[in-house]
Amino acid sequence: MSDDMDFEEGGTVKKFMFVNRKAPYGTIYALEGLEVVLISAAFDQDVSLAFLDDGVFQLVKGQKTDGVEMKNFSPTYRALEGYDIEKLYVERESLEARGLSEDDLLVDVQVMSAAEMGDMMSQQDVVISF
Amino acid sequence: MLHIVNKSPFDTNALAGVLRVAKKEGSAVLLIEDGVYAAAKNSATEASLKAAGMPVYVLQPDADARGLQNRLMDGVNMVDYGGFVDLVAGHDNVQSWL
Repeated sequence: MSDDMDFEEGGTVKKFMFVNRKAPYGTIYALEGLEVVLISAAFDQDVSLAFLDDGVFQLVKGQKTDGVEMKNFSPTYRALEGYDIEKLYVERESLEARGLSEDDLLVDVQVMSAAEMGDMMSQQDVVISF
Repeated sequence: MLHIVNKSPFDTNALAGVLRVAKKEGSAVLLIEDGVYAAAKNSATEASLKAAGMPVYVLQPDADARGLQNRLMDGVNMVDYGGFVDLVAGHDNVQSWL
């Protein structure tokens, strides 16, 4: 019991970044990554999500999956705020290469340059990649 | 020949392979799954796809799933699953560029 108490009281908050680099439906990475992010919310850590390369496609508005008979999990990104996950970072260069802008995204994010993204990554204690 | 691409052009060079190698006469390109991202308007791949010299088809359910229904470049042709079958049947042979 005392060990458990020590863990709870002395637990340090670490900076976790989940790096998303895959498009949403062609592979299972994006959905699985999102599941892990939701689990991580239970541990009261400093969680952020980074979207770069094809990962920016996860946040595109207007996803409509009836025709492919898959779950449209994009609304879940809007629910992250309710789990106190509010740090969503998107790399500007990845958006631009794909003809996208912040207006095309379904949730409020912080758009930043590749260099700024690199700075953010380097400040993390733990980086988990999907 | 019908050339089918199912991977994002930003992730693999499958589409680049088609555009480099395909004999244009009598050929067409069909973009499915993450391949549909190649037809996104204003993307880095738009110019090369426009210069393909072959008709380009996009599988509509895959484009819709990815939120691309209003974000596709001009000049591509949308097909449904029935259209997919017609394309396969309408070409002498098919290559899936994995």
